[in-house]
Amino acid sequence: MSITLSIIYLISTITFVIGLKMLGHPETAKKGNLISAVGMILAIIGTIFIHDFEVPSINYILIGAALFVGTLIGWLIAMKVEMTKMPELVSLFNGFGGASAMLIGLVEYGNNVGDVMQSSTVIAAIIIGSITFSGSLVAFGKLNGSLNDIRLPKYNLINNILFLALIAFGAYIVMGGSFTILIYGLLFASLIYGLLFVFPIGGADMPVVISLLNSLTGIAAAITGILYGNMVMLVGGILVGSAGLILTFVMCDGMNRSLANVIFGAFGGDAEVGGASGGKTGGTIKKTTASDSAVLLNYANKVVIVPGYGLAVAQAQHVIHELEQILTEKGVDVSYAIHPVAGRMPGHMNVLLAESNVDYDKLIEMDDINPQFPNTDVVLVVGANDVVNPAAHNDPSSPIYGMPILDVENAKHIIVNKRSMNVGYAGIQNELFFNTKTSMLFGDAKSALTELVSELKNM
Amino acid sequence: MNELLEFISNNLELIYILILAIFIGIELIKNVPSVLHTPLMSGANALSGVVIVGALLVILQADPNDYLSLGLGFVAVVLGIINVVGGFAVTDRMLQMFKKRK
Repeated sequence: MSITLSIIYLISTITFVIGLKMLGHPETAKKGNLISAVGMILAIIGTIFIHDFEVPSINYILIGAALFVGTLIGWLIAMKVEMTKMPELVSLFNGFGGASAMLIGLVEYGNNVGDVMQSSTVIAAIIIGSITFSGSLVAFGKLNGSLNDIRLPKYNLINNILFLALIAFGAYIVMGGSFTILIYGLLFASLIYGLLFVFPIGGADMPVVISLLNSLTGIAAAITGILYGNMVMLVGGILVGSAGLILTFVMCDGMNRSLANVIFGAFGGDAEVGGASGGKTGGTIKKTTASDSAVLLNYANKVVIVPGYGLAVAQAQHVIHELEQILTEKGVDVSYAIHPVAGRMPGHMNVLLAESNVDYDKLIEMDDINPQFPNTDVVLVVGANDVVNPAAHNDPSSPIYGMPILDVENAKHIIVNKRSMNVGYAGIQNELFFNTKTSMLFGDAKSALTELVSELKNM
Repeated sequence: MNELLEFISNNLELIYILILAIFIGIELIKNVPSVLHTPLMSGANALSGVVIVGALLVILQADPNDYLSLGLGFVAVVLGIINVVGGFAVTDRMLQMFKKRK
């Protein structure tokens, strides 16, 4: 490899490290992303133009065409998709990265038959790339709502056996030498494993799974880096691999669950779960109207809004901002309580509210807002459910027991806007709705909030 | 076993780099506020698109008559660059919204 290219790769690697570091702070994040992007462009251009072997022009034409088509597609998707759909988009892109590693492995297998170390790397790239590809597509489908949880009986056992079989199959191919058909068999089996791996995991846990799969793509990239002795791929891939893994654990922490519990626990949607929490949730609920709620809000001193995924689905983030502005004009102290896993991904709600120009300082994280609830006159819960479920504190049989929640039941009044009494994403009933301080404002978040806003304007 | 030892001694530098990079990755992500988890995941996802370098090498090194390698390489480059461009663009769009107002 020429020294120029090595230096370019070195610069790219440094931009990746700096970029990732800067992504960790709100002020520098945007710049960090740009810096990494520049490094990536450098690495791509360097790879294409600097090499010590002859490249036929047809190959160049192909590269140009592929880059053009891919850039166009990636750009269009990224620009067109709505902010509420970010999590599934990340999953989709991640799947493409995995597929790319898988295909590289497929081509390189033929070139490395016989060398045990090299062909093990190729096999590993194929297995990991394929799992990431099919797994990410399932995660995409689930977040999209087009796929449901499917659980085969004894799926944990089946999956684990299949995984061991994959490793054994891979080892057999490495030892056995050249059987081209087998490599396609391995690829196919890995794709199936990816499907089976993600299918049983509950939709609410998809962010964790996406982060894990993201980490795997990084590892696949690093493995192909070893194959080519290519530093930028190796270091870049490993950075993503370890960063993604840590992020996965941090997210699990936010939900007070272990990674094993997420993958093997099959959380949400279980029949038993629904039954177990039936006890305390009996009783009557109190319905309210927009005008009553408006009165309550109008004469409050301190209002806390708890936004959830329902708000995002109804595209009500702009209306809620309007509501907040009106209340602020009337002298009410308004803030937003953001649960670490509000929305479908940690930080997702912040992105959505920031999109509708909500002031960054008004978004208050769970640990800071919880002590403020006893002094709060009205809590307005919009489309959130599990993150305000007191069962997390006082019902050991509940699947969300132990999860940190927003202690909204400490406030003087609670208004909950929901479309219906349906259970939340974790599939369990919420005793908060039966609390005597709670009034339920049924309806689609957008129309309910719009009505609230117009009532408030008339006061 | 001998092959493994040989691999280790031939690639000692690589292994050092690998281990240090793992620690850097961990250190970089620790203590990031949860607000930034989504953009961070998205940004890391864009970085994993570095796999495109491998895809480019596949096409560059392929024999012009080896249609299978060229075809697979072509698809690999397309998918890789979607990951890169889409990943960075989406991250940028998300972060656009964090800009301080006032």
